[in-house]
Amino acid sequence: MDLAYSEAEEAFRHELRAWLAEALPKLPAKPDPRDWPARRTHDLAWQRALHDAGYAGLHWPEDAGGRGATPTQHLIFLEETERAGAPYVGANFVGLLHAGPTIAAEGTNEQRRRWLPPILRGEQVWCQGFSEPDAGSDLAALRTRAVRDGDSYVVSGSKIWTSHAEVADWCELLVRTDPAAPKHRGITWLALPMDTDGVTVRPLRTLAGSEEFAEVFLDEVRVPVANRVGEENDGWRVTMVTLSFERGTAFVGEVVACRRVLGELARTARADGRWDDPALRRRLGRLAAEFAALWRLTQWNVSEAERSLRGGGSGVPGAGGSVFKLRYSHARQELYEAAAEVLGAGSLDADHEWVADRLSSLSYTIAAGTSEIQRNIVAERILGLPKGR
Amino acid sequence: MDFLLTEDQLALRTGFQALLEGRFGRDRLRAAVEGPPLDRGLWRELGEAGFFALRLAEADGGVGLGLQEAVLLFEVAGGALLPGPLVATHLAVTYGAVPGADGALEGGSAEAPPMGPVVTALEPSGLIEHLESADAVLVGSEGGAPVAAVRPAELPSAPLRSVDPLTPLCRLRSGAEGREAPGLPQGPVRREAALLTAALQLGSAARTVSTAVRYAREREQFGRPIGAFQAIKHLCARMLVRAELARAAVYAAAVTEAPHDIAGAKLLADEAAVNNARDCLQVHGGMGFTWEADVHLHLKRAWVRKEQWQSAHEAEDLLADGLIDELSP
Ligand SMILES: Cc1cc2nc3c(=O)[nH]c(=O)nc-3n(C[C@H](O)[C@H](O)[C@H](O)COP(=O)(O)OP(=O)(O)OC[C@H]3O[C@@H](n4cnc5c(N)ncnc54)[C@H](O)[C@@H]3O)c2cc1C
Repeated sequence: MDLAYSEAEEAFRHELRAWLAEALPKLPAKPDPRDWPARRTHDLAWQRALHDAGYAGLHWPEDAGGRGATPTQHLIFLEETERAGAPYVGANFVGLLHAGPTIAAEGTNEQRRRWLPPILRGEQVWCQGFSEPDAGSDLAALRTRAVRDGDSYVVSGSKIWTSHAEVADWCELLVRTDPAAPKHRGITWLALPMDTDGVTVRPLRTLAGSEEFAEVFLDEVRVPVANRVGEENDGWRVTMVTLSFERGTAFVGEVVACRRVLGELARTARADGRWDDPALRRRLGRLAAEFAALWRLTQWNVSEAERSLRGGGSGVPGAGGSVFKLRYSHARQELYEAAAEVLGAGSLDADHEWVADRLSSLSYTIAAGTSEIQRNIVAERILGLPKGR
Repeated sequence: MDFLLTEDQLALRTGFQALLEGRFGRDRLRAAVEGPPLDRGLWRELGEAGFFALRLAEADGGVGLGLQEAVLLFEVAGGALLPGPLVATHLAVTYGAVPGADGALEGGSAEAPPMGPVVTALEPSGLIEHLESADAVLVGSEGGAPVAAVRPAELPSAPLRSVDPLTPLCRLRSGAEGREAPGLPQGPVRREAALLTAALQLGSAARTVSTAVRYAREREQFGRPIGAFQAIKHLCARMLVRAELARAAVYAAAVTEAPHDIAGAKLLADEAAVNNARDCLQVHGGMGFTWEADVHLHLKRAWVRKEQWQSAHEAEDLLADGLIDELSP
């Protein structure tokens, strides 16, 4: 049990801090969260800055254009960038955390050369077209059809909840290529250029009032067979690689941010005289324990990934990511409930940052696999309880 | 950074698990429930295995290991429901406050075997566990030392009927006979006591997960294992999440030894032990409500430990103050 960072790791942290101190003041002001085109420009510019400084795709393998950093270095990167108040991946989320790693793991050399550098350089935005109106938790029930016609697939159907689809250049799309096969065996992974004829994007408003995601309608859209990653009908396996990445590292920076917010809550409460209320104080104290432990759990999971890599394993987070996600999504919601208590009637002001975050926190037990689905995963894959409906 | 256990730590834990399975199996556990909870013979064996002198230097007859290793052994002991004042005796040996050592307690009681003194402690709650079996009681020291030992007879106390059959309890009667009540162990002793108690809780929390899961696989209703029902699955999944979060907190506190980390570890381990025992009971149905099943022993012991050394309120207050001081991770 060693929580001390090595000399090399500390040196990496140092170098990164120095660069952040220099790079962040040059960054343009944060755009209006409702203005997606502006957000796209902002997020891509940040990715470009990371790229030019050699920090793009830190945890990607070197032969995919990454820096082949260790999981611990990646952890340090996420911690330090959050601490410094740097932008999070934003619109680059799917490219950097889902589609990119999938292409790196499963794509041909030609496909890697074609798609990965523009993601790393901050030139192209990807979105994720997995969920459908009738295929949410039961993702493998998806019905969007792809029929082979010469060297293209002709795709028809619709996707839903596609985050930042309006500003995406590419979509990692799951389609059904064999309707007769068992549901997990007839799925294929395609890269769809969003400007192809027959693609219609209709933004959906979230409960926060903003347009974070969209419906994507596909009407006889032609996608070249060359855009298929993995074999035809092997898309389910290809996809599982992506999903475990998502649960592994997606929330590291957020845990750091939550701990900062918790401190701000405490200081706000003290300034307002609410700090004398022992129930509130203890509520915040308990959350401090919770987030501190979530940070330690992250370090534990990173250490596991690191040992797995050293032992020749994949380093891909396993079902342990579900344990983290379950507790984290709950803790985040608790945090913003506590924030509402601190704000009192101020919690009705939708322009307050904590109020916006309270609203968005409601999606955490739904997006990227609902809590119920995560509990099924924990019970069946970790605890070995029998499968059953 | 490599937070996982080292090979030596894994081996130590496995070795102690094997020792306890051999020496304190289910029969012995149930015998302790019905008979005297503390078995001097087993206590002496624990001493010989280095459980109490784990952190003393080898030159002083100890094992020369640290708090991390102690936490791992206490986790195993907690899972096995091993009775006795384990934390106080371990700390008494670590801080040289045992009968006969350092002149802290001249001579000690006649029966006290050199390897196995039974030392309990005056806890912040005002309760003392296993007082009748104890050779000495840890209290606060008047001098500079964090801890001192007194004879059990010197403490005015009254027994109460303990909710936990494996933990006899006495309450300190303050101010009796015009004497001032002794102070509490302080500083590192108190913090380490809270951490080691948290480790016991962690062991119990993890054990009730595996007990519940085993029962859920075996017990059938409606023609299938109850573990196939999602309501049961989700109870078990929640239990695992609690135990794993507590584990991360307890192990990290063993590394940093920082007061805030220890407070958080105790808080989360208490929550995990109590709620996991509670859910384990539910998974067992009517069987869970019996004296015969071990589930109630975990629940009751978890209740006892929750009140020991650091209460939830104390921990939360400490952590809340830390927020104002802007702690970094
Ligand atoms: C903010 C946000 C962003 C998103 N972004 C994307 C994106 O970019 N791309 C994309 O493809 N998808 C995206 N999603 C979709 C997300 O993955 C799905 O919403 C999620 O998987 C749940 O599917 P559903 O909405 O159809 O709910 P349903 O599956 O219909 O679930 C409804 C309720 O039933 C429960 N339930 C369902 N099945 C079971 C079961 N077997 N056992 C127990 N309970 C069950 C669920 O837990 C839930 O409580 C996003 C969602 C949100 C909220």
